[in-house]
Order: sequence, then C-alpha cells, then structure tokens
Amino acid sequence: MSLAQPNYFSAQDTMDGEFATLNLGPTHPATHGVFQNVLKVDGERIFSAEPTIGYIHRAFEKIAERRPYYQITPLTDRLNYCSSPINNMGWWMTVEKLIGVALPKRVEYMRVIVMELARIADHLICNSVVGVDTGALTGFTYMFQERERIYEMYEQVCGSRLTTNIGRIGGFERDFDKVFYHKLRSFLKEFPARFDEFCRLLERNRIFMDRTINVGGISAERALSYGFSGPNLRAAGVDYDVRVMNPYSSYEDFDFMIPIGDNGDTYDRFMVRQEEIRQSLHIIQQALDGLPEGPFHADVPDFYLPPKDEVYNNMEALIYHFKIVMGEAPVPAGEVYHAVEGANGELGFYLISDGGRAPYRLHFRRPCFIYYQAFPEMVQGAMISDAILTMSSLNVIAGELDA
Amino acid sequence: MQALTQQLVLDRIKDHFPEAIQDVSEPYGLLTLEVTKREVLPIMTFLRDDPELNFGFLTDLCGVHYPDQHQRELGVIYHLHSLVNNIRIRLKTFFSEAAPVIPTATKLFSAANWMERETYDFYGIKFEGHPDLRRILNVDDMDYFPMRKEYRLEDGTRTDKDDRYFGR
Repeated sequence: MSLAQPNYFSAQDTMDGEFATLNLGPTHPATHGVFQNVLKVDGERIFSAEPTIGYIHRAFEKIAERRPYYQITPLTDRLNYCSSPINNMGWWMTVEKLIGVALPKRVEYMRVIVMELARIADHLICNSVVGVDTGALTGFTYMFQERERIYEMYEQVCGSRLTTNIGRIGGFERDFDKVFYHKLRSFLKEFPARFDEFCRLLERNRIFMDRTINVGGISAERALSYGFSGPNLRAAGVDYDVRVMNPYSSYEDFDFMIPIGDNGDTYDRFMVRQEEIRQSLHIIQQALDGLPEGPFHADVPDFYLPPKDEVYNNMEALIYHFKIVMGEAPVPAGEVYHAVEGANGELGFYLISDGGRAPYRLHFRRPCFIYYQAFPEMVQGAMISDAILTMSSLNVIAGELDA
Repeated sequence: MQALTQQLVLDRIKDHFPEAIQDVSEPYGLLTLEVTKREVLPIMTFLRDDPELNFGFLTDLCGVHYPDQHQRELGVIYHLHSLVNNIRIRLKTFFSEAAPVIPTATKLFSAANWMERETYDFYGIKFEGHPDLRRILNVDDMDYFPMRKEYRLEDGTRTDKDDRYFGR
C-alpha cells in the first residue's frame, strides 16, 4: 500500500531560509482546540510542520495520585470532552476489574447504550466539522441539533451534559426513567432520516470529494507504527476494534460491523465515522430491545453509595456512606490495564494500586496524543487548507491531547 | 498451527533471552515480564520481528517512580499488543535514579517518540538515541520532573492542610 499523497518536495529540497514561517494556532479557529503548529511553507505548500502541545495540560495523572477512586471520573470527563461518558465508563470498568466486581447484565447493556450515544455524538461533531472546514456549514448546524438531543439524554441519566461524570463504581446512580426511554425511542426513530440528509449533503458531493480524497493519507503500516487506533486506523484498512478484539461490557452480545477504509485519507476517515454512526444506532437498538430486567447497579456496598433514606435511618448504611465519601473503601494492591474503544481510538487506563486510597500510578493511554505525532508526516507537501482538513478529520481533541 | 498462548510467548522469550527475565507474573490475565535494562530493547525487537509472535503495536509506554526501591527507583513500562494473535504483553524495567538512561524504542515504533518525550518530561528518564528529546506537555524552562513522588501536588509551603488526612 503506498502513501496516498505523493510528496511535493524532494529530499534535496532543503532551501534554507527560503520558507515563510506560519503560526497555526494556538488559538486559531481552524485548529478546533488549543494547540500550535509552526508551519514552514513555500507559498501554499507545507514543507514541515512542528506541533507544540501542552497548552491545556492539567496534570491529571498527578492529581489522580491523591484522589480516591470515585473522584477520578471528573478528570476523565475532561480528556475527550466530546464523548465523556465513554471515558467515565472506561474508568469505572478499570476500577471494577481491579476490585473484581461482577456486574448485572442490565448495567452492561445500559452502559452500552450510553457509550454508543456518546460515540454518535463524537463522530457527528467530527464529521460535521470536516464539512465546515471544506466550506459546508449547513450540515454542522443540523447535526448540532441532533447532538443536542443526545446531550439531553445524558442530562436525563446523570444531570449534566458535557462533562457528564456518569455512573458509579458498580453501575449507575439511578435507573433510566420514562423520559429517557421516550427521548431515546424518538431519537432512534427520527435521527436516521435526518442523518441521511447529512449523508446526501456530503458523501457524494463533488466538491467535498475533491477536497478530501487523497488528502492527508497514511498507509496501514505507518499508521500501526504510529500507534493509530480507532476510526483513523480503520480508515487505513486495519480492522482493529477493541469492542471486538477484547470485548468488554457485553459487546460480544451484539451484532455489528467494523467499517474499514482503503487508503487512510480524509475521505476514508469521514466515511468510516459515518458508517460507525449507523452501526452504533444498530447496537443501541439491539441493547434497547434486549435490555434485561434487574438492578441498575452491582451489589458492592463497599463502593456503591447506599440510598439516602437508608443513610439517615440505618447505622450500617451511614457507615458505608461515610467510608465511601472519605475514600476509605478497601482496594487490593495490583496493576491493571483496561482498554475501551473510545470515540477516537483505544482509550486505555493503566492503574497501579498499592492498596492505598488513591492510585499509586495512573496512566491514561490517550489515543489523540499518540496519533497526533503523525501529523507532520501526513501534511508534508500538502496545501495549508488540506492540513486543516487533515487535522479536523483526525479528530484531535485538545483535552485528550494534553491530559 | 497451534494457537499462540501467553505460555508459548513466555517460552519463546525464555529460549532467546535466558538471562534477561527477572520476574514473571500475570496480574489480571496480562502477561507481565520484568526484564533487565540491557535486554529490554532486544526483547522488543524480537517480539516485533518474530513472524509468529508479531507484537507490532506499541500500545503504551509510561514511566513509574518507586522512591523506596534502592537502585531501582525509576521504571519504564511498555505495553505491546500482537494484533494478529490478540495477545498483550507488558514489559517492565527498573533502573537507578542516579543514572536514568535507557535506549530509545523510536527505531522500532514511531509512536514511541512522543510517549518517550512525555516520560522524560514527567520522570526525567533519558532515552538514549531519541531524535528529539525535549519536554512536551510542560514548559521548556521547568527545572524538575513533576511526576516523581518527591514533588507534592500541593504547594509545599502550606501549613493549613495536614497530609495525614488528605491522601497518602
């Protein structure tokens, strides 16, 4: 497989001092986030790009070393803030793996529903922004209405919208209510038609295709070497999806396809995300149809807060409440790596516990951080406007990039 | 062909590097090897290039600091994934704080570039042969390595908070 985009510059082209230096970012509207690229350009052609990141570094890994486990979810919210429920659930699953919690099937299905909604929201933002960067603002405004409906569903489940902090160790803080089911069912009914409109707007649009095909391509080999994962890797033709390779949260129960692309360019990444949205809808429908009855949280009194009225009337519940809130719940020593399929790749949590109230070491495998280093290679020889498209189709989220 | 299991992977490594393995464990089903600093790169090269093992995907690389382990205070932890066989492996190596130097994995995996810069940035581990070992997330003129355990999260001059009640 060859690189989709032939390099404009030859190896002999050093041309010292012949280039103009262009600062793209840190607060350029087209970067969709706070990171800087220092481009060396010859006219409109990029000779080299030098990314500078870390503008919103918030020392999450250090902070996590002092926080009890349940207080770390708000940190994970702020990694990929376009799909925070996936981060939250990934973190809960890591802790549950460490302490060995058996979850009721219902919880796992409920998690799948929320995670797939988050994936849809994330892909919608990414794809409509790719549209915006090619000059098609309309799709963006329409898709933001749909994203709003997903946010309303989060609100129904957990009370917040962007940084959701959803769930608990062992399950959810409350069951799905009637309003949620109503919103979900009407979303599943109405969204496909609106999404088809969006597809018709861009997928076979001549201008859009001219702008995205053979732009910012990467070969499967290079993508693997760069540690690509998620839709960006699949667009290059590698069918690696954590949901299938290492199923978690009952993903093995559902029937879905993994779309893959051919040459890893911007159009393939766009199309892979489009198809994943359809597959996610399919998964949600299956999870909703097969949603088992039962409790909405596991029976882990050491970690799951007791209901409020019991705390007031029952001594034992009060003790558990106090212990959990003060972070005194017993955690085994050990180390665990858990990965979930985040919206833009394999989101991993590497946790070392020494039995204390806080992790001894917590490392986030942030897909953005790992694949963004390929950016200079992907845009070398490309036009500036193509670099912007490459960046937005890679779905680089500043929060995840900088931790 | 026999399906590749963790035991087979372990045997293959033991055959090729009999001296290198210091410890073997399997926490939560993930094969974890502690290897000597000298052999970590040859082992990864072997794991990547062996056509049967095929560990071609560097999932993660991060540092860790144990101030109480004498002469083995700092460590680097690699997670490799064999996508073909769907097996993960974790390699650990520890060395002294006084000489925090380890060969770079950038020649094996392009992804190691930023991961190693991040590890250098937070733990001060120097990766020998790295093409561009600079700080990545912190400011360039920072003169300490913040993820080491001696750097407390809170301002060290504060007296109103007692550490006994807030974390370790």
